Amino acid sequence: MSLEWMAWTMPTAIFFITIACLLVAMTVWQAKAPSGERKGFLPIKTTPGDRLFIGLLSSAFIHLAWIGLTSFTLWIAFVIALIWMAILMRWG
Amino acid sequence: MNKWEDNKAWFMVIPVFLVVAVSAIIPLMTVVNYSLQDIFGPGQRVYVGLEWYKKALTDSRLHDALSRQLLFSSLVLLIEIPLGIMIALMMPKKGWGASLSLVLVALPLLIPWNVIGTIWIIFMRPDIGLLGAAINNMGIPFDHTAAPFDAWVTVMMMEVWHWTPLVVLLAYAGLQAIPEAYFQAARIDGASAWATFRYIQLPKMRGVLTIAVLLRFMDSFLIYAEPFVLTGGGPGNSTTFLSIYLVKLAVGQFDLGPAAAFSMIYFLIVLLFCWLFYQVLLKVGTGDKS
Repeated sequence: MSLEWMAWTMPTAIFFITIACLLVAMTVWQAKAPSGERKGFLPIKTTPGDRLFIGLLSSAFIHLAWIGLTSFTLWIAFVIALIWMAILMRWG
Repeated sequence: MNKWEDNKAWFMVIPVFLVVAVSAIIPLMTVVNYSLQDIFGPGQRVYVGLEWYKKALTDSRLHDALSRQLLFSSLVLLIEIPLGIMIALMMPKKGWGASLSLVLVALPLLIPWNVIGTIWIIFMRPDIGLLGAAINNMGIPFDHTAAPFDAWVTVMMMEVWHWTPLVVLLAYAGLQAIPEAYFQAARIDGASAWATFRYIQLPKMRGVLTIAVLLRFMDSFLIYAEPFVLTGGGPGNSTTFLSIYLVKLAVGQFDLGPAAAFSMIYFLIVLLFCWLFYQVLLKVGTGDKS
């Protein structure tokens, strides 16, 4: 079956593989050592899955805001998003 | 029970996962792929990076369409949720009256979306439409094809007429599920009708109202067929909501790349709002002040 109609590119393939790996890693981690809800600096109780979701969604908006508001390289937004994800997963 | 049997149910989820993968995840991946390329035709494409995102984010027509969409969805929720609860509270709870009112209330939901638009075009026509002509005969000039305010009033009325029944049915189901003992206790305590509603009925309807708000928000935020048939996005661009603008871009101009980037931004906005609503509604009535 040809996947030409999906118009794959290397950046998008890497992006989706990364997301898939993240989901698999989270699943394995939670299967091995389940962690329940906890309250961090976020105003709601969250599980690691919740924090991953919040992190990915907020990272998407960080990138969009960067594209819309600045003309600097997107790698800066990527680093900011990574740091934000790490903070969120650890203390969120 | 061993660990394998504990997790056996996960295999039952596989068919649903496959359906979601085919109907949602694969198209979503394709849209992401398209959003980074200029698509000329099958096999003819050029990688343009984030160009379409830059274009979409600085497009004033998109900003206008988003503002209209937010206003429309806010009005829909502000009108339909309280109105739906009110109608559900007034409906008979048992006997033939309950069955009859349920059927009557559900009727607008049975009509196809494109037909709804056609019904309201005829209904609101200033010359021969039952309501449109009546308003004009009262001396109030009303023409939804020429005046933006009239177009908005018509689209809102159509939306409320079409979808409030869904909220009514959900609220009614929530009300019917409340055990009689709660009402007996309220009567013994001498609770007023308002207190009974505020402290018994409303908290008990939390689950169904969560679903109602989420469904109505998502549906109204993604609305296309009814306003497209009724006004075509006009007069001018006054009722051009996000989906109508998106379709003009993707199908009308065949700008698949920009339309895909626009779709991704649209998708993220819907996802954000749904998550926020979900979080807020989870707390309603739980006493959680955090």
